Amino acid sequence: MKLRVGHLYPDYLNIYADRGNIAVLARRAALRGLQLEVNAIGPGETVDPAGSDLLYVGGGQDREQALIAPDVAAKGPALREAVASGSAVLAVCGGYQLLGRFYRDRYGSELPGAGVLPLYTVAGERRMIGDVLLECELEPGRRETVAGFENHAGRTILDDGAEPLGRVIAGFGNDGVSGLEGCRLGRIYGTYLHGPLLPRNPWLADRLLSEALAGAGLEPLPDELERTAHAVSAARARERGGRT
Amino acid sequence: MRLALELAFARSAGRLSRLAGRGGGTTIPGKILATLDPESLSVLAARLPRGTAAISATNGKTTTAALVAAIVGENVRLAHNGSGANLVSGVASTLIEARDAQLGLFEVDEAAFPEVARRIRPRAVCLGNLFRDQLDRYGELEQIAERWRAAVAELPAATTLAANADDPQVGDLAVSRPGSVTFGIDDPAQARPTLQHASDSKYCLRCGTPYVYAAAYVGHLGDYRCPACGHARPPLDIAGRAIELHGLEAVSFELVAPEGVRRVRLGLPGLYNVYNALAAATLSRALGATVDEVVAGLESAPPAFGRAERIAIGSRTLLLLLIKNPAGANEVVRTVIAAGAPEVAVVALNDAVADGRDVSWIWDVDFEPLLESLQRVVVSGGRAAELALRFTYAGFPADAVEIVPGLGAALDRGLELTPEGGELTVLPTYTAMLELRRIVARRGYTRQYWERAA
Repeated sequence: MKLRVGHLYPDYLNIYADRGNIAVLARRAALRGLQLEVNAIGPGETVDPAGSDLLYVGGGQDREQALIAPDVAAKGPALREAVASGSAVLAVCGGYQLLGRFYRDRYGSELPGAGVLPLYTVAGERRMIGDVLLECELEPGRRETVAGFENHAGRTILDDGAEPLGRVIAGFGNDGVSGLEGCRLGRIYGTYLHGPLLPRNPWLADRLLSEALAGAGLEPLPDELERTAHAVSAARARERGGRT
Repeated sequence: MRLALELAFARSAGRLSRLAGRGGGTTIPGKILATLDPESLSVLAARLPRGTAAISATNGKTTTAALVAAIVGENVRLAHNGSGANLVSGVASTLIEARDAQLGLFEVDEAAFPEVARRIRPRAVCLGNLFRDQLDRYGELEQIAERWRAAVAELPAATTLAANADDPQVGDLAVSRPGSVTFGIDDPAQARPTLQHASDSKYCLRCGTPYVYAAAYVGHLGDYRCPACGHARPPLDIAGRAIELHGLEAVSFELVAPEGVRRVRLGLPGLYNVYNALAAATLSRALGATVDEVVAGLESAPPAFGRAERIAIGSRTLLLLLIKNPAGANEVVRTVIAAGAPEVAVVALNDAVADGRDVSWIWDVDFEPLLESLQRVVVSGGRAAELALRFTYAGFPADAVEIVPGLGAALDRGLELTPEGGELTVLPTYTAMLELRRIVARRGYTRQYWERAA
């Protein structure tokens, strides 16, 4: 069986080792006998709303983000349609910001976003840099942690009632004050966490694969290394996260 | 008088630090002096009869400075921060310690370059390259480039800028500054077929269109041209041509200068060291060296510590190659493979501030060609498990990865896996490299880095 991943702007948005996330998805799929087919979707190329089971958009530097922002906005309707027809989405860092309604930069001008997630982002003075640990409860009563690294000047504000990906145990999160991190809307997951995100958070990787398979269950993997790496990363966040 | 007292105090603190076994004392005197008297750095620099030169780059600044020292140090007494202490405090410490120096030669951290340049007012500056590196510490590449632009604009009018034309951001600094000297590589035979993964600065500075490369050599360094607006690599004043790679031992090339063309054999490996040699040649010429002196210096230079060092340990050899960011590590991987792909390696990942707290960069390194030949890899350092994930998700068998977080133990394990008479390849990040060298030195196999710097 084949899983189709649409990787948005890989040439522009790849600053925090986004290919690591793709590698994790590909291998974890392969270990379950699934083949991950990754197609790059660049500027000017159309998004086929029925063409992907999972859309991925990574992080970029300000300059690259500004270069592709108009294209992201233009793809907004097709992306929303893709989500409506069942595609899962993972957006990290810059990609997370771009899926919101807009990004207001240091000089007050607004870069339009795709309008897929119920949030907007405003550039801040001080970058929020460091290790992060989150607690997520995506299913009532089932708590999981996510460990990673954040590096962003943008403050992301969720709309009232919007669900975060998790609560910050250590680190800054969306805006450094709300204690919230990321955003989750149905099958769409957005977060500032890289490191990259998925290698030491295998439950989230499997959740995305499962979402892409329309909720199908996946047999568990041993994940010993993943747990060790998670523990080290979580310890780093507890000892030094949320400070610059 | 006041400065003299402060200097005496700062110097004795450096000696105390070494006596106390707290390292080389390579930054403490400067930190003390900077606290006592922030203006002292300018005063100390101004005392040097032949002035100062500064070298900055993401990759290669330590090696470039060592090469310049080999070229100009023959005839001139240098104040040179050869131990890699390249922040304001390290530069100040070097000036404090080098009492009878004539010329200051400093490698300078990319982020510290503007402040150091403002204080020491160098007569020559060499800017090598900008790659993504330690984003948690430096922020985005564009911000460093912006600060460099401002710093270059503030340099004294008489200061000569030596700039790598092959890097769009750096080459552009020379275009806007009269009297600049550019360097770069002109050897399409050495070009990579495509830009490597996660290249930086690949969109036109002027209009944002992706550059077209007639040749890409190291990362985004090469002969670029914008197909839309025509912005292109500026003409080269100093060029490297007809390059021959000789494994891990050496690289040779034609040094093309206005004075003539010379064949140079450099005792350092890899294409990236051709860039370092060209940078050193260009800066040394600006400091008054003749082409003959340049060639003699380049050919006599030893490797900078930890950059490509061989240390004999009993009947085995340790090959130590520093990895610190994707572009640099990719070159290290390429060089190691070209020299005969190893079957065993120790890779050590720390995440102290000097390594970068954010370890995501290991996923941007093209380790895959190395994994093809490896039978076994020992991963070490504080983030050893992340390396293990990096390799296993690349398809490397989990039972061929050994996690040994302690560096001493990892070294022992690596040596155990290395046959007698063989060579063990060790790829550490910065603080892991320092610690490994301390471990090896404690066992009596090499000198401490600050002794080498003397």
